[in-house]
Amino acid sequence: MHAEHEVLFRDSAAKALLDPQLRANFRRAMDGLITKRRNQFPDPRDLQDLRDLSTTIRSRSLLGLPELLEQFEVNCTKNGIKVHWAETCEQANELILSILRAKNAKTLVKGKSMVSEEMHLNAFLEANGIEALESDLGEYIIQLDGETPSHIIMPAIHKNKDQIARQFSQKIKDAKYTEDVDELTAMARRVLRQKFLDADAGLSGVNFAVAETGTLCLVENEGNGRMSTHVPPLHIAVMGLEKVVATLEDVAPLYAILTRSATGQAVSTYFNMITGPRGEGEKDGPQEVHLVILDNGRSRIYADPQLRATLRCIRCGACMNHCPVYTRVGGHAYEAVYPGPIGKILTPQMEGVGVRHDLIHGSSLCGACGEVCPVEIPIPEILVRLRREATHDDEGSNVAGRGTGRTATEDWAWRLWAGVLKRPALYRLAAWFATRFGKALPAGAPLIKNWTRSRTKPVPARRSLSERMRAEGGKHV
Amino acid sequence: MSEPKPKKVYFYGTCLVDLFFPDAGMAGIQLLRQAGVDVVFPEGQTCCGQPAFNCGYWEEARDVARNQVALFPQDLPVILPSGSCAGMMKVHYPELFHGQPDEAKVKAFSARVYELTQFLVDVLDVKLKDLGAPVKVTWHSSCHAVRDLGLKGEPQALIGQLANVELAPLAREHECCGFGGTFSVRQPEISGAMSCDKAADAEATGASVVLSTDGGCLLNVNGTLEAKQSPLRVQHIAEFLWERTHAR
Amino acid sequence: MSEPRTDTHTDARTAILGRLRAADGAGPLPVPDTAVLERRQWPAAERMVRLRKGMEAVHTEFLEATPATWPAVVRAFCDGAGLKNLLYGPTSEAGKALAAAWAPGGTQLMPYDRPVEAFKHELFTGVDAGFTGTVGGVAETGGLLLMPGPDEPRLMSLVPPVHIALLKASTIHDTFWSAVKALGWGRSLPPNALLISGPSKTADIEQTLAYGVHGPKRLIVVLVDDLA
Ligand code: SF4
Repeated sequence: MHAEHEVLFRDSAAKALLDPQLRANFRRAMDGLITKRRNQFPDPRDLQDLRDLSTTIRSRSLLGLPELLEQFEVNCTKNGIKVHWAETCEQANELILSILRAKNAKTLVKGKSMVSEEMHLNAFLEANGIEALESDLGEYIIQLDGETPSHIIMPAIHKNKDQIARQFSQKIKDAKYTEDVDELTAMARRVLRQKFLDADAGLSGVNFAVAETGTLCLVENEGNGRMSTHVPPLHIAVMGLEKVVATLEDVAPLYAILTRSATGQAVSTYFNMITGPRGEGEKDGPQEVHLVILDNGRSRIYADPQLRATLRCIRCGACMNHCPVYTRVGGHAYEAVYPGPIGKILTPQMEGVGVRHDLIHGSSLCGACGEVCPVEIPIPEILVRLRREATHDDEGSNVAGRGTGRTATEDWAWRLWAGVLKRPALYRLAAWFATRFGKALPAGAPLIKNWTRSRTKPVPARRSLSERMRAEGGKHV
Repeated sequence: MSEPKPKKVYFYGTCLVDLFFPDAGMAGIQLLRQAGVDVVFPEGQTCCGQPAFNCGYWEEARDVARNQVALFPQDLPVILPSGSCAGMMKVHYPELFHGQPDEAKVKAFSARVYELTQFLVDVLDVKLKDLGAPVKVTWHSSCHAVRDLGLKGEPQALIGQLANVELAPLAREHECCGFGGTFSVRQPEISGAMSCDKAADAEATGASVVLSTDGGCLLNVNGTLEAKQSPLRVQHIAEFLWERTHAR
Repeated sequence: MSEPRTDTHTDARTAILGRLRAADGAGPLPVPDTAVLERRQWPAAERMVRLRKGMEAVHTEFLEATPATWPAVVRAFCDGAGLKNLLYGPTSEAGKALAAAWAPGGTQLMPYDRPVEAFKHELFTGVDAGFTGTVGGVAETGGLLLMPGPDEPRLMSLVPPVHIALLKASTIHDTFWSAVKALGWGRSLPPNALLISGPSKTADIEQTLAYGVHGPKRLIVVLVDDLA
C-alpha cells in the first residue's frame, strides 16, 4: 500500500495546474469556504480563546492517551460495544471482514470515514465479495467514478454541477440528465434509501470518542451517518487511536470549533452520540456495535514530543481550505489519503519521509495553515522538522524513513552555501562578482532555469548595500 | 510610549536587500536617521541562514547564524528591512539554537530584533510628512511578517500617514505570493502559478505601485510582472516612504 | 515498515498500549480555561429568540403554541399539510398527550409500538411524518436535544420525510456545553442521544445547499412558550 520509490509531488501538481476547470472549481470553493469561516468568527478574542481551549483539551487528551483509551474500552464494553484493536490497516480490514462474515453480511452502507479510506477498505471488501457502498453524497459521487476524495470534508469538491449531472445520467439507472441540484440530490436519495433499507451492516467513522461514558460522536449534515449507524442490524465504527477525549464536556468546544472551521457552520445538522447497541426495550438501532481502533503509525508519531502535535488534528479541513498550494492543485495531486497541509505532515510520517521528500518541500511555508488550525498545530514548523528528518538520521529520532532522502548534491550545495556565508571575505568576493557579472549568468543554468519558467532572470544591483555603506564610511564598526 | 526612545540602532541589511535592493536598504537607514536615530551598519553581514534552516540543514544554518549574531554585541535594537529575515532571527533562532551552548546569548540577541516598519511605528512612533504627488498604491503583506512576526498593520499605518497616497485593497492580501525561498525553484510550477495569480490580483487594483516589506516577495512578483510585460512593479516600502518624505 | 507484527488482536492491544506508554508523556496536565464558553449566556426569552433564529437560518420551520394548545397546533399542521399519517411514540409523555387530544378523521396517528424489523419497509415508504418530544434546546447555535429510546425509537426523527418536534421554551440552554452539564451527559448517556439543528442537508454538489438528502426534508418545531 505504501510507495516504495519517491513520489514526486511536483509532477502531479504540475499536471493538475494545467487543468483550468479543476483550478476554477477549487478556487471558487475555497474562496467561499474562507469567507464562510471568517463570518463565523466575528470576534478575534473569542476565536483565540476557543482555539486555546481546544488546543488545551486535545493536548491534555494526548498526554493521558493510554489511560483514556483503556477507560474508553472498559466503558464501551460495559455499554455493549465490542472493541477491537488493529496495529495496521491490513489487520483492521481483516477484523472488519471477520465481523461481517460472522453475521453473514453481504452489503455494507458507509457513512463518511477517512480512516476507512486510509485502510482502502472498500477495495478490500469488494475483493472479498462484499458490497461496500458510500452513502455520503460526496463520497457516493466519487465512488461512482472510482475516484478517491479530493478533500477530507468535501470529497467531491473537485467536480462541478455539470460534471456530476453527466455522471448521474450515465451511471444511475433510469436517471435523466439534469443540472438542477435538488433533482440530482433527489436521485441520490432514491438510490441510497433503498440501500439503507436493504443493507446488512453499516460502517461509520468517529469524530470524537468519549472515555468517561464510552460514547462515539458523529458529526454530519446529511443524515446518512445516522442511517448507516441506526438502520442496519450491525454497526461497525472505525477510528484512529488519537480520537479519544475524557468527557462529553470536552467535546462541546471541539465540536463548536470543528464545524465553524470546516464549513463555516455554527453547528452541523446532526450531532449523533452513540453509547451502545439497541438497548433494553428499544425498538430500533443495531443489535450489535463493533469498534475498531487503528494505530497505523500513530503510536510512532505519538512517541515524538514535537511531532505528537500532529495527532491533535480534528480533521476540519481548514488548513487545506486556506492553503495556496492546495487551492491550486486540488486534493488528488497529493497522491495520498490526506491531502493539503495536514496530509503534508501526516503522510510522510506514516509512509516515510524519504519517499515523500518532495511532498514535504511542496510548501512555501507561508503559515496560512497554522494560522487557521483550530487546535494550533504548528504545521510549518513540523514541515521544517520533517525536511530535517528526510535528510538526516539524527540520534534519538524514530521518524519513519529518516535520512533516506539525503543526496550528495544537496549535501554539497548546503556545505558550499555555509562555507561562503560564514566567511565575510568570501561573501564579499562572491557579492562583488554577482553585482558585476550576475547579468551574464545564463537563464538556462540549473535552478535559474526553474526560476525563469514564469519570471525574468533576477539581476543583482550594480553595487551591494554593504559596498555602499563601506563607501559611506564612518558608520561601520 | 513612555520608555525613552533608543538613540542608536544596528541595521542588518539581509542578503537579498544587499545584492538586489540596496536602495531599499539605504532608504531604511535614512528613515531611521530622519527619525533622529544613529544607525550602525556592522561590516561582515551575509545571510540570516533561513534557506538552510528551512531545508533541515541546521548545522549549516547555525554556522552562518552564529557569525551574524557576533556582529551585534552591544545591547541595541537590530533593525531589518525584511519581515521574513526578522522572523528568522527573532522567532526561529531560539529554536535553531535550542540546547546549544550559546543559546542564552542568541536568545538575548533575538529579543532585540525588529522589522523596520514595526520599529518605526511601535517604538519610534514616527510621524511622516508627505511631500509627493498624488498616487494610488496597493499593499502585499509578507507571510512571515504577519504570521511569524505578528505585524498588525504597521506598514499600512505608515502609508496612511501620507496625505497624497491612496491605498487600494489587494484581493487575497494575505495569500502567499509563491516565493518561499527554495520552494520557488524546487516547485517552480506551483510557485509560478501562485506568483502569476498574485501579479494578476495586483494589476486588478489599478494601483501604480505595489508595496511590500520583503526582498523575496519583491524579487518574485517583480520577475513575474516583468515576464508578463506588465508596467506595474513592487517597491520596498522603505524606498517608497523615503522618496516621499525627504526634502531633496 | 518495521512496526512489530502480531498474530492476535489481544496482542495488538498490548503492543499499541505498550508503545503509547513507553512514550514519555508525563508532565503537568494543562488546565482548560472555559471562560469563552461561560460568557455565552442569555436571559430565557432571548434564548428562545436565538434558538429560533439559528434554526430558521437552516430551514427549520416553527409553530407557536402554549402548554394547552400544542396538540391542536400539531393537528392543524398535519391536516393542513395533508399528511396521511403521523408516527408517534404511544408510551412517551408527549405521545400520550397527543393521542388523548387526537380526534378521528384526517391524519391518522400511527404508533411506533413494535420492533423495526416488523415494519421496516412500511417505515421507509409509507410514513409521512414522525412526532417526537425533546429534552432541551441550544440557544447559541440553534438546536434540539433528543434522547431516543424505548418510548421514542431512534428512527422516528430520521426516516419519515417530515419531523415534528415538541420543544418547551423553558428547556432551552445557552450552549451545547451548558446543556451537557445540566443534563448530566458528561457522566452518563443513553444508547443514543442527539442534537438536531435543521432538516437533513448537503452541499456536496458545487457547494449548493440542498435539503432532504437522506433524512427529513422538513423539520417543524412546535415551540411551547411556557416561560410565563
Ligand atoms: S491540521 Fe488543523 S486545520 Fe488541518 S484538518 Fe487538522 S485540525 Fe483542521
